[in-house]
Amino acid sequence: MAKNKYFVEIKSIDDLPTMAKTMGSMMVNETGSWRNVYPVVDKDACTRCGICWKFCPDVVVSEDADGYPVFNLDYCKGCGVCANECPKSCIAMIEEGK
Amino acid sequence: MKKVLTGNHAVSYGAMIARAEVVAAYPITPQTQIVEKLSEMCADGDLDARFIKVESEHSAMAACIGASASGARAFTATSSQGLALMDEMLHWASHARLPIVMANINRSLGPPWTIWTDQNDTISRRDTGWIQFYCESNQEVIDTMIMAFKIAEQVKLPAFLTLDSFYISHTSEAEELPNQKLVDEYLSKYQAETDLDPTKGSPAYGSLTTDQWYFELQIKMQRAMEQAYDIILKENDLFEKMFGRSYLPVEGYRTDDADYVVFVSGTIASTIKDAIDRARENGIKVGSAKVRLFRPFPKAMIREMAKGRKRLGVIDRNISYGSEGAFFTEIKGALYSQSEHPEIHGFIAGLGGRDVTVDSAYEMIRLVVETSPEKDINWQGAKL
Amino acid sequence: MVEIRFHGRGGQGAASACTIYADAAFRGGKSVQAFPMYGVERRGAPVQSFVRLDDSPIRARHNIYTPDHVIVLSETLMNTVDCTAGIKAGGTLTINTDKSVEQIKKERGLDGDYKIFTVNATKIAVELGLGSVTSPIVNTAMLGAAARVTGTADIKLLMECVAESAPSKPEKNAEAAKETFEAITV
Repeated sequence: MAKNKYFVEIKSIDDLPTMAKTMGSMMVNETGSWRNVYPVVDKDACTRCGICWKFCPDVVVSEDADGYPVFNLDYCKGCGVCANECPKSCIAMIEEGK
Repeated sequence: MKKVLTGNHAVSYGAMIARAEVVAAYPITPQTQIVEKLSEMCADGDLDARFIKVESEHSAMAACIGASASGARAFTATSSQGLALMDEMLHWASHARLPIVMANINRSLGPPWTIWTDQNDTISRRDTGWIQFYCESNQEVIDTMIMAFKIAEQVKLPAFLTLDSFYISHTSEAEELPNQKLVDEYLSKYQAETDLDPTKGSPAYGSLTTDQWYFELQIKMQRAMEQAYDIILKENDLFEKMFGRSYLPVEGYRTDDADYVVFVSGTIASTIKDAIDRARENGIKVGSAKVRLFRPFPKAMIREMAKGRKRLGVIDRNISYGSEGAFFTEIKGALYSQSEHPEIHGFIAGLGGRDVTVDSAYEMIRLVVETSPEKDINWQGAKL
Repeated sequence: MVEIRFHGRGGQGAASACTIYADAAFRGGKSVQAFPMYGVERRGAPVQSFVRLDDSPIRARHNIYTPDHVIVLSETLMNTVDCTAGIKAGGTLTINTDKSVEQIKKERGLDGDYKIFTVNATKIAVELGLGSVTSPIVNTAMLGAAARVTGTADIKLLMECVAESAPSKPEKNAEAAKETFEAITV
């Protein structure tokens, strides 16, 4: 696994917490690597309604300075829920590498 | 202050003076009075706790797990089939290292449907990772309630205590109600290691762990159990200093000069003392040893108690089908590594609430003193 | 050690009576134990409950088979239950009935080595407004009889315990105990 800034190294039993838990934060788990397709928003059609932000199961949607959605691709799994829920159908799921 | 109370109400008062903050329980005979009293205490404001009504024992333990993880002192009580239904959550509580305390009335498992006592409900929960205390009197019940929270919270493992169905649960005796101020001094507020407050971070608890670290987490549980043994001794010392009563994991009765010792747990440990006295009057050098702690198993004290004896006996009010009595197995296991192995009798008595009288206890003592063991199970008081 | 067995019917309060009696004896300085013989009995079914009293701590935790004293909350119980079973030689049998000792001895052929006492606890209870003729509350009244016959509890302490545990009419319940206590001569 890629070691991002959230990574806490465990070398031995002494470093383990009492109970199994994520060390520090779930942000260590970069689920972007699971993705086949990624979301791209058509800003001309987007009404900035925020429904994609609301529905994203991985909380990867934030707003840019003008209020348009931005997707954090380190964690976006490419599930397409945002594209499905978008009332203007202005989010396209594009195949990785294209 | 001394008061005449049933064993069940001793549990309720124990939870009250230990200041349980969340009580989640589902009623079952013979535990119902515990829950009734606790709900009254909550309603009357005598106990500042949240009483959570649930639809099953599984939910009761699930509610306690949530409560304990969020930092509340959590308590529940159950019996027999209820404990069995709770099983999955019992494992969850210990693996999550949550110091929940539970009172279980030892009631036989059905079918056939039964409400009378034996220990198979808790013995069959042997490997759930819970600290297990077996009580002999109402006083021991109320005192163990207080100690159990303190021990569990230090080692971060859940603990349960057991009471024999009817022989303790519905039996009234005079018992000393520990002074609240003294209990508050002994048992301070529970500080959870886990914290579900999102402002203090956002870890996920108990999520997927591969073979990379699961093994070590298990070792940590075992280490906590080993540590619990020392803490139980330490806490008992302190309890004795503050409250004047002591409960060792293995407690001898007239064993100092005994050639023969009979190990026993639960209410039979009380009854057998009258039989030991009778044997002593007949000139037999015999004593009994109550095993109060089943997990962690007090191996060192068992070895010490067995040392230099001519013959031993173990009375089990339980059976591991296809093997023998559970305490019998454990005690033999503890002695195997020792250089001397006294002969040892295994008795199974009192299943399904079959009465174990002073006479039947005396008969077991007589067999230990007069005979060599021929088989692993000696059915006592059964219609063979 | 003194062992007492109460015979009653489910709902009659035999179990509570034993706890109250134990409490009174405890306040008088005794070691006590009270327990019901639990079954799955329903209202009206014959039940038993027990008290153990001693000057030293009680360690026996098993049923009572040979009581020193037996208290029968309703004579009709004797139609179906052997209330005299196991009574120790020289023990006592106290029955709630409107009959005399001689009459009940003859009618029921009671010829064991125990002393019989009778008291009309039903009449006392009903007169005090405890229940009705068809379902009188006699458990507290019979406690007074138990105290008199067995001599193991102080009547004042017993009345105090009865009053503290009665769910309603505490004084009347205590009075019932006192009246049966006074109605019996030993």
